Amino acid sequence: MAAVQAYARHLRHVVTENPVTGAAFALFLLLVLTAILGPALVPFDPLQSDASRTLHPPSARHWFGTDQLGRDVFSRVVVATRLDMTIAFASVLLVFVTGTLTGVAAGHFGGWVDRLTGRIADTIMAFPLFVLAMGIVAALGNSIGNIVLATAVVNFPLYVRVARAEANVRRDAGFVEAARVSGNSEARVVLFHILPNTLPIMMVQVSLTLGYAILNAAGLSFIGLGVRPPTPEWGIMVADGANYIQSGEWWVALFPGLALMLAVFCFNLLGDGLRDLIDPRRRT
Amino acid sequence: MTAPPLLAVGDLSVTFRTRAGPVKALERVSFAVDKGETIAIVGESGSGKSVTAQAIMGILDPAGRVEAGRVYFAGLDLLRASASELADMRGREFAMIFQNPRGALNPIRTVGDQIADVLARHEHLKGAAARDRAMEMLALVKITDPRRRLDAYPFELSGGMCQRVMIALALACRPALLIADEPTTGLDVTTQAAIMDLIGELGRSRGMATVLITHDLGLAAEHCGRIVVMHAGHVVEDAPAAQLFAAPRHPYTAKLLAATPRPGRHLEDLEAIPGGLPDLRRADLPGCRFLERCDRAGEPCRAPALDAIVTPSPDGERRVLCVRPLMGLAA
Amino acid sequence: MLAMIGRRLAAALPSIAGVVVVTFLLTRLLPGDPAAYFAGPAATPQAIEEIRQRLGLDQSVPAQFLTYLGDLARGEFGLSLTTGLPVMQELVTRLPASLELTLAGLLFAVAVAVPLGILAAVRAGSWIDHATRIVATAGVSLPTFFTGLLLVHVFYSVLQVAPAPMGRLDIFSSTPPPVTGLYVLDALLAGDGETALAALAQLALPALTLGIFALAPLARMTRAAMLAALGSEFVRAARASGLSRGRIVWVYAFRNAMLPVLTTLGMVFSFLLGANVLVEKVFAWPGIGSYAIEALIVSDYAPVQGFVLTMALLYVLLNLAIDILYGIVDPRVKVES
Repeated sequence: MAAVQAYARHLRHVVTENPVTGAAFALFLLLVLTAILGPALVPFDPLQSDASRTLHPPSARHWFGTDQLGRDVFSRVVVATRLDMTIAFASVLLVFVTGTLTGVAAGHFGGWVDRLTGRIADTIMAFPLFVLAMGIVAALGNSIGNIVLATAVVNFPLYVRVARAEANVRRDAGFVEAARVSGNSEARVVLFHILPNTLPIMMVQVSLTLGYAILNAAGLSFIGLGVRPPTPEWGIMVADGANYIQSGEWWVALFPGLALMLAVFCFNLLGDGLRDLIDPRRRT
Repeated sequence: MTAPPLLAVGDLSVTFRTRAGPVKALERVSFAVDKGETIAIVGESGSGKSVTAQAIMGILDPAGRVEAGRVYFAGLDLLRASASELADMRGREFAMIFQNPRGALNPIRTVGDQIADVLARHEHLKGAAARDRAMEMLALVKITDPRRRLDAYPFELSGGMCQRVMIALALACRPALLIADEPTTGLDVTTQAAIMDLIGELGRSRGMATVLITHDLGLAAEHCGRIVVMHAGHVVEDAPAAQLFAAPRHPYTAKLLAATPRPGRHLEDLEAIPGGLPDLRRADLPGCRFLERCDRAGEPCRAPALDAIVTPSPDGERRVLCVRPLMGLAA
Repeated sequence: MLAMIGRRLAAALPSIAGVVVVTFLLTRLLPGDPAAYFAGPAATPQAIEEIRQRLGLDQSVPAQFLTYLGDLARGEFGLSLTTGLPVMQELVTRLPASLELTLAGLLFAVAVAVPLGILAAVRAGSWIDHATRIVATAGVSLPTFFTGLLLVHVFYSVLQVAPAPMGRLDIFSSTPPPVTGLYVLDALLAGDGETALAALAQLALPALTLGIFALAPLARMTRAAMLAALGSEFVRAARASGLSRGRIVWVYAFRNAMLPVLTTLGMVFSFLLGANVLVEKVFAWPGIGSYAIEALIVSDYAPVQGFVLTMALLYVLLNLAIDILYGIVDPRVKVES
């Protein structure tokens, strides 16, 4: 209970310290709520087409207008939140777990483990990241699961490097030595003494890469990978809307694009705020 | 009637704005340096020695502001001079060398070019003429093979060598005053002696006044005729070196002397100075900032502001910022 | 100098090897039967078998890798199923378009971000500093494809000042005689100002789109590096010796600040080359990115593989160029072993 209170106090401090971070945090909560409750709130079925109402501009009835099949853009944008957020969170969770564990192991044990992971990370970094993600999805098959995997893979080196550095400086720290001397096995030392200490920095990494994960996934679906129509997803909706931009029906692409931008902006601001707080040295 | 001093600092107050509130880094700092004279400013780190130097040079960090005071150099008030007047004088009339010589040199510019930059700025020397002068300067600071060293980068030189380059750079335009901010900290002992000898020798031969900023009383005693003791942004005592060592007036000076190793004194006799510097952000700082560390403190010491007590002496006046100064007792 | 370049080149070899291995592995990872995949969705069993043999998929994996290496050495990237043309040929004809776009985007980003970052650092805490911070964060948050569409809508549909987003040249202009493959440059070399202008007009929006995305990391890094340099001891010392403000900012602070910015360029290129694909799609730009997208949609794998490999090699080369540039700017690099 006391821990929960302390956590809440800390959170309040984070939010009030910097109003921009506070606003970003509020936006984040809104996004999460939309992702959870969205489908229950929207006025129209996001998949319901209506041939009599195609490409209507925004109105009181259709706030964001309708698309080429007469579907309500507002409902589709809201419902898409869940899928976009799920892809982003799933890929970041995946790379957070694998990248942190690998990085901590590399930093702690050194030797061939370190050389091997370093080699893998370098090889991934030798590709322009989005291009590698394209190649992976193309090779493994066009599915949402593979989009998640590809996004995780291209972020892998970042996590490994940060976790490795964090583990490396703590390898011979006093508290680690103390844990070792008091009879803990090396695996226990790593899991219960070193790993937890790397978590604050890794959380900063998480919030910094969430924005990129959304962009990456939306980019892939924009070029026709991953999510398939008619599933509502921001990237693919922008791709649909792209066909109508030149003829002036801007709303089909604008609103999902804005939603995407807002989500990424929110994560980036949140990441910056969190970094300033946890790791002020790296402030730029 | 004596000639006016070369540098006269009067009631100089500097405040730094920080996130945690204003820091009163200097308060009513006063001292003077005569032409050709060598003085030392001593004190613990955080006492305001370097801030004093930077305020005189006009190179304070943007967060620092001179709140009040005067800095007269050769009769001109530097604090009221325009930015361009000041820039014309810096490096030409008065120059400065720094604590970390390697950091004070541009890492990706040859030392020759860096000296030439100063010569181009103040003496309008260009090309070969500037290069020749730069080489003369390197020779003057006893760098061997100066022609080859002109094209060296700071990372290719040792710390002592970098400090020689700094000195060459500072003295290139024959300034009348050199401020040396901990010039030998971070150098090994033999190099320290060589650098101090170099500064002393060049100062004497060129009639240049020197302000040596140091935390090392021994070093100050060896090289300087007059010593200004600073504590927490105050000048607590200002006296001819011999008198200061023989009979310190301020309790802090006495403690500082007792904490300084000297030949013939056993290590166990050295005293630590109790407590630390007061928090300079406090709004209720007493007039005596040594109050809380002082074993002589009494009710009169709690006055909100103090004035220095000035006493004449054969070698120049003595000043002490204390209500209950020590009188005539050797440390 | 040459020795330094040689060393850097040698240091890039493992990256190149890694890239080749990964692109090979990507073909091996194809779900199901790669031969069926390469043959395309409509192929008969005989056709698949034929392709299996032609691709050497009936051999062992190491043997296949050797064949793959041999093909690469001969510049053999396979055939595209849809066009029937060699992938290599197509990539070579389309690469200049992608390069022109990427370079123009980089040029724009550097031209805007570096002065902005310097200004933000020199006037730290001023409105321009805050504006830079917001612009920079907004810049990375914009999905490139969305920025592109927005620009098309505003400048083509509404204001009607930009040409239709349809490739590198409008239909009224003729392709300039190829020298560099970059239309703007080639037209200028040929003395054809009108075509140069037309090509530039086509290039403006896509380059702007790319540039906006690359702006953020560059501006941020420039600001941070300038702040660090301006706060450094050697700038203080330069001020103490009375050097002019211009000389301090440009010769002392700026040149030192460029070192970390150069390092950031590597990441910026990763951004640029990736975003390039999306921008090419939005503006129907006939580069290697749009080639890969067209192939992806019809599951034509050889072009995608060729594209990934080309992009990766390009990226390795660009990083090499950055390394060499760094070595020229920073004298300290030369003495490192």
